[in-house]
Amino acid sequence: MSSPSYTVIIGLEVHTQLKTNSKLFCSCANEFNPDNPNTQTCPVCLGLPGALPVMNRHAFDLSLKTALALNCTIPHFTKWDRKQYYYPDLPKAYQISQFDLPFSENGWLEITNDEDGGPVRRINITRAHLEEDAGKNVHDESGQGGDSGVDLNRTGTPLLEIVSEPDLRSASEARRYLEEMRTLLLFIEVSDCNMQEGSLRCDANVNLHIHNEDGTTTATPIVELKNMNSFRNVEMAIDYEVKRQHSEFKKTGKTIDDSSKVTRGWDAERSVTFAQREKEDVSDYRFFPDPDLVPVVLTESEIEVVRRSLPETPAVKRDRFRTEHGLTEYDASVIIGQGPGITAYFEAVVFACGDGKIAVNWVTQDVLRDLNASESGVDDFPITSDLLGTLLKWITSERLTNKSAREVYAILKKRAVTGDEISVQDVETLAAEREIVRDTGALEAAIAAAIASRPDAVEDVKTGKLQAVGPMMGMVMKQVGGADPKEVRAMLISMIQDS
Amino acid sequence: MPELYEQSTESLLSALNAGDLSSRTLTTACLDRIDQLNKKLNAFVSVNADAALAKADAVDKRRATGQTIGLLQGLPVGVKDNICQAGVATTCGSRMLHNYCPPYDAHVVEQLNAEDGVIVGQLNMDEFAMGSSTETSASGVTRNPWNPEHSPGGSSGGAAAAVAAGMVPLALGSDTGGSIRQPASFCGVVGMKPTYGRVSRFGLVAFASSLDQIGPFARDVHGAALLLQVISGHDTRDTTSVDSVVANYTGQFNQSLEGLRIGIVDEHYGEGLDDEVEAAVRRGIERLESAGATVKSVKLPHARYSVATYYLIAPSEASSNLARYDGIHYGHRTEDFNSRNDGLIDLYCRSRGEGFGAEVKRRIMLGTYALSAGYYDAYYLKALKVRRRIREDFDKAFAEVDIIAGPVAPTAAFRIGEKMNDPLAMYLSDIYTISANLAGIPGISVPCGLTTNGLPIGLQLQASTFSETTLLQAAAMAETSGDTIGVCPVA
Repeated sequence: MSSPSYTVIIGLEVHTQLKTNSKLFCSCANEFNPDNPNTQTCPVCLGLPGALPVMNRHAFDLSLKTALALNCTIPHFTKWDRKQYYYPDLPKAYQISQFDLPFSENGWLEITNDEDGGPVRRINITRAHLEEDAGKNVHDESGQGGDSGVDLNRTGTPLLEIVSEPDLRSASEARRYLEEMRTLLLFIEVSDCNMQEGSLRCDANVNLHIHNEDGTTTATPIVELKNMNSFRNVEMAIDYEVKRQHSEFKKTGKTIDDSSKVTRGWDAERSVTFAQREKEDVSDYRFFPDPDLVPVVLTESEIEVVRRSLPETPAVKRDRFRTEHGLTEYDASVIIGQGPGITAYFEAVVFACGDGKIAVNWVTQDVLRDLNASESGVDDFPITSDLLGTLLKWITSERLTNKSAREVYAILKKRAVTGDEISVQDVETLAAEREIVRDTGALEAAIAAAIASRPDAVEDVKTGKLQAVGPMMGMVMKQVGGADPKEVRAMLISMIQDS
Repeated sequence: MPELYEQSTESLLSALNAGDLSSRTLTTACLDRIDQLNKKLNAFVSVNADAALAKADAVDKRRATGQTIGLLQGLPVGVKDNICQAGVATTCGSRMLHNYCPPYDAHVVEQLNAEDGVIVGQLNMDEFAMGSSTETSASGVTRNPWNPEHSPGGSSGGAAAAVAAGMVPLALGSDTGGSIRQPASFCGVVGMKPTYGRVSRFGLVAFASSLDQIGPFARDVHGAALLLQVISGHDTRDTTSVDSVVANYTGQFNQSLEGLRIGIVDEHYGEGLDDEVEAAVRRGIERLESAGATVKSVKLPHARYSVATYYLIAPSEASSNLARYDGIHYGHRTEDFNSRNDGLIDLYCRSRGEGFGAEVKRRIMLGTYALSAGYYDAYYLKALKVRRRIREDFDKAFAEVDIIAGPVAPTAAFRIGEKMNDPLAMYLSDIYTISANLAGIPGISVPCGLTTNGLPIGLQLQASTFSETTLLQAAAMAETSGDTIGVCPVA
């Protein structure tokens, strides 16, 4: 097969709800609460006559923090605009948003396509702007035509829209971008990024640049993809859309000049995209500056304060884990991709035991497996970083075998199930009972005793049947708990052969 | 002894203060006066006598027990029907909000209550404050107490008429393009639009947010100053409210006008200005001059664009502010809707079609058009640029003078119905007041004479932003040095 005859062009619009106590323009609680509709509302977010918005400075600062982490430029002047359209979930019939002078622009986010490393791709960010979320229309899902309702709990939730340049070239690259974005937002603690609850949402603009035989390029119409509620769905929808657009182009030859942007929804059940309302129906939002809100004027020192509050970004952390803790790119990505909780746990374990590689093995194998099985968060995990760090310190100081450590770990888990408090001292005690025995006198005595009790096996070993040492090894190990099995085996064989 | 409804604010206050007059007596007198005259004038759209008397009694009781009393000392106040009071129908003169009761108090209502004003009811207005005659209200036409065949002006016509007729000594109105000053002029009372940002708009149902400002009506300048004192100040719920010190407006009337520089604008005296109005205004300014002020000409070269500018900016903002009245969340919803055949758009169109009157629809359409893609730059953006020029004109003028004096409106009160079919003529009745809203400066209307037909004429004084003190001093001087226009002959 020849190389693909087209390039895929993807730009993403990420919407993320900011983690503030109150809404963007009023003091109502900012909480996901679909079971109690219209309980988190006030005259301001209901858009009652005479009510006026007041900007939540914390929401603005979280936005600034995000934009700075995305390497954006922050203009010193920004303003609010009204985006006007009619919909029942929009009680003022306009959304307070930012149109021509957003608070940030021209940033970038670096991704790697390959989790083992691979070349870094810099995806440009056109802009990030702050706006208020709409409410939710609730329809009778029984299909019996019951009344629809409007829940305005979500109305006015601070929503950050991050628009990328059309720099992404494949569905998997789009997924990587989203994963990296999510990780970043989690690490800088601006959003919960919960796609099920809608605190992270994504639309994708997709089209193809068809490479013609004469060397020219033809662009297909841009499609805006919506309704994708997981990263996997985004990837699948884009993959589907790429194939659909290609076959559509082969059939109709329609180009970007023949059609304005259309919207297609993703049907996750059937794994297809379907045509939605043509965007041009509602394209005139009659943006104009909101006269109820004064513009935001920022000084360089205000921006600097936020910049200084930025924690280490995931990208920087990944580099540091490689250089400081000796992790591979892959391991660093796995740990950091698990989010701030696991990452902090890992770092605490490394700090306690002093060895990144041992720590990463234990965290990625044992801890993650158990966490996934228990479906609880790392904060509730009974084997805290202190305990694991203490245990692994025994391995790194070569006083405990991996096998013994796993035994201790298993005992700790069992105790946790019964709800017993586990202390660092408990770990020390359990480990000490299994300490590798360096006292060769005791070991030699135990081996001599084992040899003396099994002359038959001794003969077998002498004739070359080395597996016959097994039962004797068992006896020795039973006798000397902390003995290193490898060492015991070698000593057994050599003592038999010397006898 | 004049009737209570004829007495000056100062004499009412001193009687209340001395214990010679109770708030209950005064409130009862106002309620009686409303009873007697409102059928004829239709100034109040609703009266809450029980609440008013309860408040009056509470103030009296506190006075009797020697407790602190707020600045208003139990004076009755009327409130324009676009200012929210919790649990009180606030209809904005519109069918759209005929059933709407806000769940909260406007900032100014909180201030009135805190300073012991006795709120007696809601005052009629043009629908959503769009009009200059108080003829477009869903609650019917308000009549001018000086001559019921004539309009009280608008949009705060109910407030002006109520104060002129002695129904209340004080009232709150709102002014977006002259809606306080023009009706004050037509009804022979004092009406003032403060600096934009001086009074919180929180709880004022928006017409054009960048122009709207709440202000006082009173029988005299002292009353206007007192009420302004009560409602002024910073409110964190309105980000356009300005955090600057509120001066003592009532305490500075006795200062001399010696050296006060008054500017007159030649463009004010052109085509369309009624001769009698011009003569009265010129006399008013001459009297200020003889009281010690100096008078000179100033230029406002862009003033002639103010009506055009206003009729792009105000309708644009209005089209957006009024979009929320969609029949979904509150207010009027059409009954002509069948969910089987009709869609959401039908619900919107019919609810809005039925709920809004003709003038409101006209302005929504003007504004929607001006903000539409492809027209925005030529209309709205251009209007903002001209607005800046108008503001700069005032800045230059106020570098030379302290006060600009001139007419409030081109004519005295016109007849009811006279301009209803000629929107342009109606719009031009705000030609002298609109530029103050565009520039954000304060302006006041003080009575300066009567026409031969016995209709009041107002003198408009304007000052630079936050120069309310100077403005009120000049207005007080104009008031005391002028011919008294006498008591309104109603009833």
